[in-house]
Amino acid sequence: MAKILLEMKNITKTFPGVKALDNVNLQVEEGEIHALVGENGAGKSTLMNVLSGIYPHGTYEGDIIYDGQVCKFSNIKDSEKLGIVIIHQELALVPEMTIGENMYLGNECGHKFAIDWNKTYSEADKYLKMVGLQESSKIQVKTIGTGKQQLVEIAKALAKKAKLLILDEPTSSLNEEDSRALLDLMLSFKKQGMTMIIITHKLNEVSYVADKITVIRDGSTIETIDNHGAEPVSEERIIKGMVGREMTNRFPKRENVRIGDVKMEISHWTVHHPLYPEKKVVDDVSMYVRQGEVVGIYGLMGAGRTELAMSIFGQSYGVNFSGELKLDGKPIKMRKSEADAIKHKIAYVTEDRKGNGLVLSQSIKVNTSLANLDAISNNMVIDGDREYAVAEEYRDKLKIKTPSVEQLVGNLSGGNQQKVLLAKWMFAEPDILLLDEPTRGIDVGAKYEIYCIINDLAAAGKCVVLISSELPEVLGMSDRIYIMNEARIVGEMKAEEATQENIMAAILRSGRGV
Amino acid sequence: MNGSSGGKQTLSDFMQKYKVGAFFQKYTMILALIVVTIVFATWKGKEGMILLPSNITGLIAENAYVFVLATGMLMCILTGGNIDLSVGSVVCFTAAVGCVMMASGINMWLSVLVMLLIGLAIGVFQGFWIAKVRVPAFIATLAGMYAFRGFSNVVLNGYRVDITNQTFLQLFGNGKTSYIPDVMRDLFPNLNGVFTKENAFLTGVIGENFVEKFNVTCMCIALVSALVFVLFRVRKVLVQKKLGISQSVPGQIISMVIIAVLILWIGMKLSSYRGFPMVLIWVALVLGLYAYITTKTAIGRHLYAVGGNEKATALSGVKTRNVYWFAYANIGLLAGLAGILTAGRAKGIDPVYGEGYEMDAIASCFIGGASAYGGTGKVSGMIIGATLMGVINKGMIIVGVDANYQKVVKGIVLLIAVMFDVLSKRQKR
Repeated sequence: MAKILLEMKNITKTFPGVKALDNVNLQVEEGEIHALVGENGAGKSTLMNVLSGIYPHGTYEGDIIYDGQVCKFSNIKDSEKLGIVIIHQELALVPEMTIGENMYLGNECGHKFAIDWNKTYSEADKYLKMVGLQESSKIQVKTIGTGKQQLVEIAKALAKKAKLLILDEPTSSLNEEDSRALLDLMLSFKKQGMTMIIITHKLNEVSYVADKITVIRDGSTIETIDNHGAEPVSEERIIKGMVGREMTNRFPKRENVRIGDVKMEISHWTVHHPLYPEKKVVDDVSMYVRQGEVVGIYGLMGAGRTELAMSIFGQSYGVNFSGELKLDGKPIKMRKSEADAIKHKIAYVTEDRKGNGLVLSQSIKVNTSLANLDAISNNMVIDGDREYAVAEEYRDKLKIKTPSVEQLVGNLSGGNQQKVLLAKWMFAEPDILLLDEPTRGIDVGAKYEIYCIINDLAAAGKCVVLISSELPEVLGMSDRIYIMNEARIVGEMKAEEATQENIMAAILRSGRGV
Repeated sequence: MNGSSGGKQTLSDFMQKYKVGAFFQKYTMILALIVVTIVFATWKGKEGMILLPSNITGLIAENAYVFVLATGMLMCILTGGNIDLSVGSVVCFTAAVGCVMMASGINMWLSVLVMLLIGLAIGVFQGFWIAKVRVPAFIATLAGMYAFRGFSNVVLNGYRVDITNQTFLQLFGNGKTSYIPDVMRDLFPNLNGVFTKENAFLTGVIGENFVEKFNVTCMCIALVSALVFVLFRVRKVLVQKKLGISQSVPGQIISMVIIAVLILWIGMKLSSYRGFPMVLIWVALVLGLYAYITTKTAIGRHLYAVGGNEKATALSGVKTRNVYWFAYANIGLLAGLAGILTAGRAKGIDPVYGEGYEMDAIASCFIGGASAYGGTGKVSGMIIGATLMGVINKGMIIVGVDANYQKVVKGIVLLIAVMFDVLSKRQKR
């Protein structure tokens, strides 16, 4: 039995009015990868913030024992000194600065009054090599992709002489290829004796990489599962611990499937990149959606799915459009205007709910009505009572958990925010809903509720286009699936004939590969 | 954050139960206004002076331009913390054009119209650069600040121009005639017999010195305003109750009573001096109109939405660039009105008038709780902010603070106000 590197004992952390952590215990052995899983708001990030000193000693109860010593961190520098380094979910890099500058930001090497740039860059290059990044440390961070940026974050952690590396959702913004590479990198670090804690929602990653899995629910540790058995721990097994019940079916059954005529059709749809007009982001795409149908679009990140959806939605992305858009069989001449798209009863529910979807500083009520203010106003004057009634109606319908529709959206959990976003677009009364990653970053329970809403919409005769990079989701929800890769549609199949294998095969066949 | 010891726990429990924190957060600036007023009103040797009818009237007249400009500034700030630095110069320029027109004998109404239109045109022009060409607002209006100060000098030839038009001065000025005449006394001559020092009740309420010249018309306006306000608020509470909106009804009633009493009190103060100032009509119209626009109309909603999340708003089908354009065209128009009021009060225009007005307007908004990042802020908050600045200015003059230090105090007040705002918001998380 290896020695225990870190032990967190009876950690309790209270925020005004809420007990975020309640008697949490965590043991991490030296040289293992320990996964921390739980629904959103279960307390995973809070626990890691306690560990790294973001919440200083004294603001929580319980003990942190690291390397045999009881630690009393008063800030993040203290924990970093002992080699505990946390990499946050949101990348914390300055885009305009070089990789090397970023890696030593706040930790500059050289003399107190003069940075030793030669040393900075040579050291930085050394660590970049360790994470397998081929770039020079002298290029700007904004010129490399998110996958590589994540590697820079890890190199930065290594530069801090990390012994215990904490990765908070490291793959949430990566595509599958980059994710796999990152996980393999973690495994190779493990061989060199590094200890790691990974927080993630992606359960397949957990069973791939973790030695032990600790499940946290409602601020308490539920169990620690050993992943050393002959068979990797099944996802169902982990989910059971996370939600406290067996999830026999992750996708609700479709009822009343009545698929009607073709509602929307695009043919030879081509869109170019707004900054690099020679680059095609959507290339000669033809597809259609029928009434009451859920059409899945599967593709890896960067395959052009979002670009496709946004270009259909009032050409809100891209330049130099060509191709034809038909609604009910009639060609539509759409201008570059979101308002036009809404008028044609098309809705685009963004993948980035905080950035592009919601006004976080406003209430649920205000957000719900924003895309269809006309419906609740007379001559540009808003009828407050009607607006309130509408917001209440959707709160009921979508089971948004909130004390009041006057609550600010910024205070809601991810799942509830996603429901508000859906409420907003359902209130706009579209016939065609383009849902872009509608379940990204939300917990299992809320996902199930979103799936139910999607089924209800389809049952009501709406056309739903479901864009997702989670294969099980696309397979579980769609009637028909388009597969996208490198800006093109590379396959189309009915739900009955689609499997994980033949979808991946379609992507591989498309020639340019994963 | 700490709250581990027993005593602190019970205190924070108490705070939570009665929502003390929320109360302070919501009413910080009102409480500050009350405290500041009490400090000046109890200043040794100057007791009660700031509450004299002449000083209350003066407070309104002297700050009319601040209220008008801050209203326009609030619209700009809502769109994302954007400010308009040019308003001081635009005030001077519009006033200069108007004064020169009137001095050369052009019809006063035409001059007023031209002043407003010039303000609007400047706003549209600057808005074009900001909304369509996407020049940062700070820079576009900084350019305007220089240019229109220069144009003012050109129009005025570097000299002051006086206004002699009596109608103009009566409507927009601050002289003895610029008040609503006491028509009630003319209509009901019996009133002269009622308002005498012998009437013990009225003397008790109004004060011995003021009862004989008490402006009955002004008081009637105050009574009607208070009544209308109460009726609207009662209707709102009833509707909310019917819909089951969980608002605290007692809280609503208490604030309603306080505001109604405040209206009556101000009305009484005004009536005890010269009556209802003309400028207050314009200010009240502007404030009322924009309170309505921000809370009840689609364009108001768009201002908040753009400031809160521009991308999300654009994807909701709102033409966000036009929202910016509206905000800047609008502040131009209001700068035109402020120019009229400034010229009226000064009975003319000098090439240096209006300098620093933009800063007064910006400070009022931020003291009044508008977010420097946009998306939040209310007209009511801005009114409190502007009033607080006005009371501090007036109070310092009354108690005789050295003029050099007055700006220091203003700066400190702005810093403390915004600090409170930031801290109270941080605690919420």
